[in-house]
Amino acid sequence: MKYLGLIFANLMRSKRRTFLTVFSIAIALFLFCTLRTVITSFEASLRASQATRLVVRHAASLVFPLPLAYRERLSRVPGVTGISYGNWFGGFYQDPKNQFAQFAMDVPTFLDLFPEVILPAGQAEAFRSERTACIIGAALARKYGWKLGDQIPIMGTIFPGEWRFVVRGIYTGQTKDVDENTLFFHWDYLNESLPEGRKSLVGIYWLRIASPDLAASVSGRVDALFENSPQPTKTETEKAFQAGFISMIGNVQLLLTIIGSAIVFAIMLVTINTMMMAARERTTEIAVLKTLGFSDGLILRLVGGEALFLSLLGGGLGCGLAALVFRESDFTGGGFFPNFRVLPETVLLGLVLAALMGLLSGVAPAVQAARLQVASALRRVA
Amino acid sequence: MPSENGALVHLHDVHKIYHRDRIEVPVLQGINLDVREGEFLALMGPSGSGKSTLLNLIAGIDTPTQGEVRVAGESLGTLKPSRLAAWRARHIGFIFQLYNLIPVLTAFQNVELPLLLTRLSARERKKRVLFALGLVGLEGRAKHFPRQLSGGEEQRVAIARAIVADPTLLVADEPTGDLDARNAAEILTLLKRLNEELKKTILMVTHDPHAAESAHVIFHLDKGVLQP
Repeated sequence: MKYLGLIFANLMRSKRRTFLTVFSIAIALFLFCTLRTVITSFEASLRASQATRLVVRHAASLVFPLPLAYRERLSRVPGVTGISYGNWFGGFYQDPKNQFAQFAMDVPTFLDLFPEVILPAGQAEAFRSERTACIIGAALARKYGWKLGDQIPIMGTIFPGEWRFVVRGIYTGQTKDVDENTLFFHWDYLNESLPEGRKSLVGIYWLRIASPDLAASVSGRVDALFENSPQPTKTETEKAFQAGFISMIGNVQLLLTIIGSAIVFAIMLVTINTMMMAARERTTEIAVLKTLGFSDGLILRLVGGEALFLSLLGGGLGCGLAALVFRESDFTGGGFFPNFRVLPETVLLGLVLAALMGLLSGVAPAVQAARLQVASALRRVA
Repeated sequence: MPSENGALVHLHDVHKIYHRDRIEVPVLQGINLDVREGEFLALMGPSGSGKSTLLNLIAGIDTPTQGEVRVAGESLGTLKPSRLAAWRARHIGFIFQLYNLIPVLTAFQNVELPLLLTRLSARERKKRVLFALGLVGLEGRAKHFPRQLSGGEEQRVAIARAIVADPTLLVADEPTGDLDARNAAEILTLLKRLNEELKKTILMVTHDPHAAESAHVIFHLDKGVLQP
């Protein structure tokens, strides 16, 4: 502890350089936390998926809908114990920047099939009984300040025009992984408002099965049922569906890991250079400290400690800023990243990375300082 | 802790050779020297005669190519670097020609540096630092940074730093070499006081005959050979 003053005084020697180094480390760790949160957000979606739910969609692409008439045939497939359906709405609130997920759902079956969506007493009934009613996630309500009874105008993009919904429920997730940034409304309201050619078409069917062990057999039966129809289906578990959805934009995890590592590595090189420069500038002072009796080991710890302190300070700022920014902004990436929250594990990982960066960047200058020959260093100055 | 022959500093047949590229440059040749406790010894000689090298050997910050350097009862050649550092902290107070204060530390913090290596409490360290600054007449400048001090004041802070841990031996490498006559005289008076009142053993390198007059004993070093 008694050496902290010495470390701090040395860091304050060049305030601009210290600030820039801390700032660059903070930026690197901010980006690392952001990229890592993209991954954890995806992982949360996968965790929130139910093993006893199957997703049925058009075999060619999600873009193509399936007929509503499939509902009856799907519900009769052996192993299926429940069915619901819905459409991705794809609208925005007031400004195209205000994007979040909206789903038109078959309300009578929706809440039964999605028990992880928790509504306070009375709100489920209010939602069911009003055609223009909607329910919204608690995070979404916080973000826009919406409350029960509010009218929300949504501009449709896939289904053009202004759509108005009345908030009749604010749901919370059964677990922290459940997305609370979505708006659900009546599929019937959407369907009856569409022109004749677009009516009675469903984006996705969700099937509930009795046991996860039945997933493969039920999926096979469903797809076989519509194999030769004009709209063949692709059935998979909700987890496989989510994973496939994510993989549509490539191997995201690998890509983000590479980018995050590259940023941290580049900043580490900058920090090493800064620390080397700082130690080189102080050759005489280090020689003086050694003359006073500071051992090689103590010099190593002091110089290494400076690098560690800088990195942890920068890392703390970067990780803290990321946690704060994404908590305050309720960022969801247009509904693609529900639950975009910097997890404590991510902050901890960022701090460990910052400490590692500090240790690695401090090694070379610290060893250089510790190995300094006092007599020759003093001779150079005299 | 004197040697067997009663000397605090005992040098026997000390040689020092530097290597510049592939050329051997002998700096010290067969030095024999004894310094008794409480003595004030001046080492004179022209530039390049090996004065500072000899001082560095005695202070344990350089090693001889041949011969024995025994100071305060320790044969310095046998000590490992970590023990040698601890030995320096305990026994040596070094005064440099260019003061060599740490510019980002205040006078107080500079003087406190050697005490950080001890087990003293912060309170005890403060007491000792203020006492040392008082001895050199700078108790009122404790919070000043080196850039806020004159050359003479900086050297006095450096002397306070050298004595604060109560070392066995004070070594001063041209302590007045960078000062004007008035400040140089003040520093020499201070060194004499430390020797006479606090019984500090002092080894001072100088090429200034007037400065050397402050010492009890004067040795001359010429081309690496010591002459009384």
